[in-house]
Amino acid sequence: EIHIKEPIEKEVNPHLLPGELLLCEASTVYKYMQEDGSNRGTYGKLVCTNFKISFLDDDSTSDDNEPEFKNKIVGENDITLQCVDQIYGVYDEKKKLLTGQLRKYPERLIIYCKDLRVFNFCLRYTKEEEVKRIVSGIVHHSQTPKLLKRLFLFSYASAAPNNTDGRNQTVMFDTLEDWRDELERTKGNVKYKTVTTNEGYRVSEKLPLYFVVPICISEESILKYEGRGIPIWCWSCHNGAALLKMSAFPKEQDDSTSQMQKAFMDGIYKTISKPPYELLKMDDLSSSLPSLQDIQTAYTRFKQLFLIDNSTDFWATDVKWFSLLESTNWLEIIRRVLKKAIEVAECLERQHTNVLLIEESATDLCCVISSLVQVMMDSYSRTKSGFQSLIQKEWVIGGHGFLERCNHLRKSEKEEAPVFLLLLNCVWQLVQQYPPAFEFTETYLTVLSDSLYVPVFSTFFFNSQHQRDTSASGESLKTQSGPFRFLTVWDWSVQFDPKAQAFLNNPFYAEKPKPDKNQRKTARFKHQRQLSLPLTQPKPSTKRGFFREETDHLIKNILGKRIGKFINSSDDPPNSFREFYESWHSKPVDYHGLLLPRIDGPEIKVWAQRYLRWIPEAQLHGGGTIAITAKILDLMEEVQSLQVKMDEEHSQAVSGDVHSVTTPRNSARLSSLFPFALLQRQSVKPALPTSTWKDLEDEDDLVKRDDEFVDLSGDM
Amino acid sequence: MASSSTPKYNSNSLESSSSKRTLKDGTNWEQNEEIPRLPGETRVTDKDVIYMCPFNGPVKGRVYITNYRLYLRSVENDPVVVLNVPLGVISRIEKMGGASSRGENSYGLDITCKDMRNLRFALKQEGHSRRDIFEVLTKYAFPQSHNLLFFAFVNEEKFSENGWMVYNPMSEYRRQGLPNERWRVTFINEHYGLCDTYPSLLVVPYNATDDDLKKVAAFRSRNRIPVLSWIHPETQAVIMRCSQPLVGMSGKRNKDDERYLDIIREANGQISKLTIYDARPNVNAVANKATGGGYEGEDAYPNAELFFLDIHNIHVMRESLKKLKDIVYPNVEESHWLSSLESTHWLEHIKLVLTGAIQVADKVSSGRSSVLVHCSDGWDRTAQLTSLAMLMLDSYYRTIEGFEVLVQKEWISFGHKFASRIGHGDKNHADADRSPIFLQFIDCVWQMSKQFPTAFEFNEQFLITILDHLYSCRFGTFLYNSESVREKEKVTEKTLSLWSLINSEKSKYTNPFYSKELNRALYPVASMRHLELWVNYYIRWNPRIRQQQPNPMEQRYMELLALRDDYIRRLEELQITNNSKIPNSSASSTSPSQMMSQVQTHF
Repeated sequence: EIHIKEPIEKEVNPHLLPGELLLCEASTVYKYMQEDGSNRGTYGKLVCTNFKISFLDDDSTSDDNEPEFKNKIVGENDITLQCVDQIYGVYDEKKKLLTGQLRKYPERLIIYCKDLRVFNFCLRYTKEEEVKRIVSGIVHHSQTPKLLKRLFLFSYASAAPNNTDGRNQTVMFDTLEDWRDELERTKGNVKYKTVTTNEGYRVSEKLPLYFVVPICISEESILKYEGRGIPIWCWSCHNGAALLKMSAFPKEQDDSTSQMQKAFMDGIYKTISKPPYELLKMDDLSSSLPSLQDIQTAYTRFKQLFLIDNSTDFWATDVKWFSLLESTNWLEIIRRVLKKAIEVAECLERQHTNVLLIEESATDLCCVISSLVQVMMDSYSRTKSGFQSLIQKEWVIGGHGFLERCNHLRKSEKEEAPVFLLLLNCVWQLVQQYPPAFEFTETYLTVLSDSLYVPVFSTFFFNSQHQRDTSASGESLKTQSGPFRFLTVWDWSVQFDPKAQAFLNNPFYAEKPKPDKNQRKTARFKHQRQLSLPLTQPKPSTKRGFFREETDHLIKNILGKRIGKFINSSDDPPNSFREFYESWHSKPVDYHGLLLPRIDGPEIKVWAQRYLRWIPEAQLHGGGTIAITAKILDLMEEVQSLQVKMDEEHSQAVSGDVHSVTTPRNSARLSSLFPFALLQRQSVKPALPTSTWKDLEDEDDLVKRDDEFVDLSGDM
Repeated sequence: MASSSTPKYNSNSLESSSSKRTLKDGTNWEQNEEIPRLPGETRVTDKDVIYMCPFNGPVKGRVYITNYRLYLRSVENDPVVVLNVPLGVISRIEKMGGASSRGENSYGLDITCKDMRNLRFALKQEGHSRRDIFEVLTKYAFPQSHNLLFFAFVNEEKFSENGWMVYNPMSEYRRQGLPNERWRVTFINEHYGLCDTYPSLLVVPYNATDDDLKKVAAFRSRNRIPVLSWIHPETQAVIMRCSQPLVGMSGKRNKDDERYLDIIREANGQISKLTIYDARPNVNAVANKATGGGYEGEDAYPNAELFFLDIHNIHVMRESLKKLKDIVYPNVEESHWLSSLESTHWLEHIKLVLTGAIQVADKVSSGRSSVLVHCSDGWDRTAQLTSLAMLMLDSYYRTIEGFEVLVQKEWISFGHKFASRIGHGDKNHADADRSPIFLQFIDCVWQMSKQFPTAFEFNEQFLITILDHLYSCRFGTFLYNSESVREKEKVTEKTLSLWSLINSEKSKYTNPFYSKELNRALYPVASMRHLELWVNYYIRWNPRIRQQQPNPMEQRYMELLALRDDYIRRLEELQITNNSKIPNSSASSTSPSQMMSQVQTHF
């Protein structure tokens, strides 16, 4: 019997989402495997839609082992248009950046993605006109400026059946009740109130519809300068100290305006410089933290270290790895941000002092610091729904300019800065330092960072609540369709099936012992660690009322003459930070209490899962932390099945063998890059450095010596 | 799915057990504890001092010196500061300040330790108090320089296990399936007549006679001829170890050596070439010709392929560790941590050693070619390479007992010069023979265990304990340079083995996540992206940089195991009850998963 293999005649069609349109395509495109530069790869079709660039493998049908962790929206060979970082064309072995109009078409196309994947397509076997069409199509749709209404978000929202998961526990902060509940939860309602002044966005289009301010702030003052110069509440600590943020007045003002602003602020301070507000520390983040430009530059350099073309590149950069890392400054920025968050936590926790974060717009570094402080101080923010609510509160509703910062519309690179990624990187440091303290895993953070580029969800595709609301109604877009109902990224079932979602939950999470269900809402326990801190007595409020003493500083600051960074009250011991940090670290960790990151050099690490996940050389077969996680998941399943058995035994319904068959994952088979990695390379060949030799000039005389000097030639 | 719907197991046992805590800098904060004393340990002197703690400032206390340790306890009780330092870790004792010293606490002793720390004691300037304590310390810290015995020889501890029984060369070779028709055991070195730094029992090609071996010995530095370390159970390719050939400036050849290497090549039945890995950088190997050494030239050994592995000598490694100490003790370099770390080259050396070992292992395993490894004398870099390659290829060595066998075989019996490299009981702290070669090997093992957290039966504490007793001189295990000296000194009769301590308390050193896997080659990734500084060892004295103990993941796992066992017990009880009602159901008594069985001893 002879078996003749039928040529695959089947037409491969891209999997299109509702509202997704095929724009152009090219066949017989050869996709290189990133692995080894051996030119191995597969033929297929390259397509570009209004949502993504996709490579369709010619024999993709033979895909029999479905990966355990799969994104339902973005497949392994899909790149959303927003995920494209840079596109290079290769002409006669020379790489050239492709941006606008093309005169010549390259023989190879390299696509670098924001999630750090690198795709290498060879177009040599593709028909010329198809090359032209696909290359200019891809460049046009991913690299040139776009109108908001052209975002795939809108096509999807109008075409997709709306069946969002109503059971989502994330607090969206788009209603007055959400803010009231949050005030109540944190017991901030004694000194702070929710305001409806911005209904109809009559104060500002940048501010959320509802927000919280000190009780004595009047509606008029909020309206006066579109909410600028008004302290806005973020969160209240268990001792009543609050974290506030404020957007400053723009720097360049003529004299009379600035006089008026000064008078305005004086008024505000007079109004609120009475009890119950006591001490306040102000922190102008634009001078005490790196600028957005610094952050963008650092990240651009940093990510470059992970966008690796081939094995040779990998090993060539390995020799100088640590100094390369350091020269990007990215880890140092993370360290500084974490340090700042500890400083703020110290004020709130130990000094019982209110902290006011100031920034021009109060929507960038303010979001990073206030979110981090809450993650460190409020264990609710370390649960999945708590963290998601926090992102809603501080970022989405808080008005972080995702469109500009991610440059989703390709309008201006000047405004681009990975501010949200910076937060995720900082949170990751905490997650890896204190695994039992978080309900979510690093995989959760990684897929969350990937979701920044998936315009199926509205979460990261608007600059403000106002923009989202008006876009949803369809008014400002002048489109026929609308109102739109957008999906939120927090509905993880859109991207992952339940099995894959399991990887977002941390099996090591030390769940909070549940007190009485009724008590739970109101009672907030002081945790051991908080009690054991060397508390300095709250200082008497006679000396400085809320704002009073610091009015001048503040005004100088805000009106542009930025002097001094942290406005340090003189009666503070200069090493109070160190003392606080060290005293906390000398005690055992309470995973439900205050959590301070360790920030010494060796403790700040590279988020390996996010940055190394696509690099085959960095893969450990059967290794990495996933090996441990897989073991504990197996054990949990076993315990679970035993429990079921127990119940059955109790009810005496069934009887039989104690041990139900749970198939243990073979951790030896898993790659350390699991659940990511494009290729499940199963070869056992070890990765060998190709360039290792390095001169040790400074030790030259030592290098030349032998271990022990003995003349061996004599005894023959 | 699994975690969200599972009942909640709380891990809040941390707080309850924390009333009695031990800081990892060896400083105990315990109440009313007696000064510890081992059987055989005698008190020599004590004195009031001020311990200049680099982390907590000056601490008033009393220091007790015995023939084994230096013990300090603070006067203040809240908290109690305790130092407990075996004298063996002391590398150097210096007097600081003179009679004219004015500054506060500037007169006293400065003690440099081999385990990455310094101890400073300030003393009162009166009488001969400093001279007395200096002399006592010097005498007992450096017994070899004062004609005294190592503490190991007066230690009277008793253990339930006898660690000297762990390694028996004959049974280890038998475990590997040796001797066989191609490899034989020879007793030619029984009285160390052939080579005084080799063990008495050697495995050599069946086709080489003892006479051949003698002739080969003449051409190998210090007579360290190529002998078998390990044989691959499937490919029959072997790892051989030896010293450099005595080629010299004139490029001498030796027919016997050439023929012997050919016999080795043929012994695995493959036609491939013999691969020789010279651990040194090429230039050093060439330079060695000037002193009579060298490497296997192409003309003389046409059937061999030679590769240099570029691993540096013992002096470079010593300097590198010194630089590392500079950036981590007492304070961790604040700014530019990464470039400081890079400038020590410590991890780069680790990378080179691992890379070399991977190459050796891969050649034997997938290249199916026998491999010969040497450096200059074949007791430093060679030991690192062969033992690491064996660890990668043979899962037995990844068990507690297997690792003990590996150390005992490749390091202790094959003459790694522990006495010279560590300088046990010797006052010459600047001796150029000292070098952290074994520490580097343990670091490589740690890197592997970090990359493969389920592949090793032992935990980090096991490795740290080995390193602590590498210096302590409490056990005979690492004393002296070779088997021949150890035999003369009757080490196994007169001292205890470190493995006695460890094997009597195995659970303390067991990795709960260990999954036994047979015959899986384990290749670490020798990339700087994965190599890490071993903070829990090198920076363990710094209370600020301290990993949580116990490891929270381990704790969680143990809780789950306990819960599972509890369920199984209760289920079995239930079933017994139920079975009396339902006649034909079978109660299961087997363990639910054999995979887990080894960790059950913990409860």
